[in-house]
Parts: sequence; C-alpha cells; structure tokens
Amino acid sequence: MTKDAIAGALVLLLLAADAYASFFVAPTEATMGPIQRIFYLHVGSAWTGLTCFLICFIANLLYVFRRQPRWDWLGVACAEVGLAFTTVVLVTGPIWAHPVWGIWWTWDARLTSTFVLWLLYVSYLLLRTLIEEPDRRALFSALFGIFAFLDVPLVFGAIRWWRTQHPQPVIMGGPGSGLQPTMRWVLLFSWVALLGLMTLLLRYRYRLEAMRGELQMVEREVEGA
Amino acid sequence: MKNLDSIFAAYLIAWGVFFLYFVTVARRTSALRGEIERLKSLVNRSK
Repeated sequence: MTKDAIAGALVLLLLAADAYASFFVAPTEATMGPIQRIFYLHVGSAWTGLTCFLICFIANLLYVFRRQPRWDWLGVACAEVGLAFTTVVLVTGPIWAHPVWGIWWTWDARLTSTFVLWLLYVSYLLLRTLIEEPDRRALFSALFGIFAFLDVPLVFGAIRWWRTQHPQPVIMGGPGSGLQPTMRWVLLFSWVALLGLMTLLLRYRYRLEAMRGELQMVEREVEGA
Repeated sequence: MKNLDSIFAAYLIAWGVFFLYFVTVARRTSALRGEIERLKSLVNRSK
C-alpha cells in the first residue's frame, strides 16, 4: 500500500467519523431542529477554505520576496482547494437558510463578502490562464492573491461589525456568544477532518503544479535540442 | 426527521464537489505525466 493510499484511507475514515458525529453525537438544536446539523459541514468548510486562503496569502508574499517557483505552486494549489471549500460553503448555506429564514439568499455583509471572496479567487485562477510567461504569471498572480486576501478579514469581521441576517459568531464572538460543549467538540472535530481532506487535496494539487514546472524544463530541453 | 432531504442534499453536493475536484486533479496529473514521458523520450531519441 502506498503512502498516498494510506493517507487517503485515513482521511476517508476521519470524514466518516465526522459524519457520524454530526448526525448521532451532536444534540439536536432546539429552535432549528435537525437542519442545523448542516452547521458542522458548513462552518467546517468555511474555516478550512479561509485556512487555504491564509496559506495562499503567505505563499504569495514569499513568492514576491524570494521568487522561488515552489511558492507559486503552493499559492495556486491553495487558491484552487480553498475555492472548492468556499463553493461548498456557498451551496450548503442556502440549503440551510431556506427552511430557517424562508429565503435562499440575501445580500447581507457576510454572504456578500463570502461571494466576493469566491469571485476573487476565481479571478486569480483566470488571471493565470491569461499570462504565458511563467515568471510574469507567477508574479502577477502573487500580487493579485495578496490583494484578494484583503477580503478575508471582511468575511471574518462581517458578522462582528455589522448587523446581518447571517447568525452572529458562536466561536470568538465575545461575551454572550458560545456553543453547547458537545456541539463545540463536534464542530472542532469536523474542522480537523476537513483539514485532513484539505491537506490531501493540497498535496495532490501541489504535485500537479510541480510536474508542470518539470514539463516546462523538458520543453526547454526539446527546444534546445 | 424534518428537513432530512435538505440535509441529505447538502452532504451529497458537498462530497460531490470534493470528489469532482479530486477527479479533475487526478485527470490533469495523468495527462501531464503522459506529456512529460512523451517529451522525455523525444529528448532521449535526439541525443
């Protein structure tokens, strides 16, 4: 069994345990009922997506200062994986919202800033397809990635600074906020499981980008031969 | 269980997104590996 297969099996086990905990260990929320169980997937994916964008931001800064291709590879890997998690957030949110709020979507500060974040990282990936020369592409996308990250503090602060339709924070929300202890543990466990999935996807995606670097080297050799 | 269909849909779509993403990365990797092998053999033949 290869290392990849073992890591994949471990992550699958972790995700299965997470689904079990979300459905059978966490208590049913009194006001919303069973639909609130989407919370563990929705919030876990949101935190994981923001973690990806934070790593992407660090990689972008490191590329600008050091100009080493591996930081560009890490940046694009994080942007793509973060986008996958943010897509899950934007899909599970309305599914949860509809029975609870009576609407699928509203343009409040949290929802809008999250949608803008998604658009910014789609633009980051599109920008990369428009520039042929590898060094220029890496530099421009690193600079754009640093700009895109400016939206992350807005997403985090939106429910703390403004009144929103989206619920107020249950973690790091200050006095009066909080979560029932079992729910808190299940949420943290969900985040750990999703971080495991994130690590696995990042590993595969980074390897793909490293191979692209290798391909460019071989292409140069072919051109020189 | 009330709203079970919504919970089921949310989980199904989420795992679908992750699975599809994984498949696209695997397909791109396999295509790129083939291209690298092709170019490497081209370089070796020309040496």
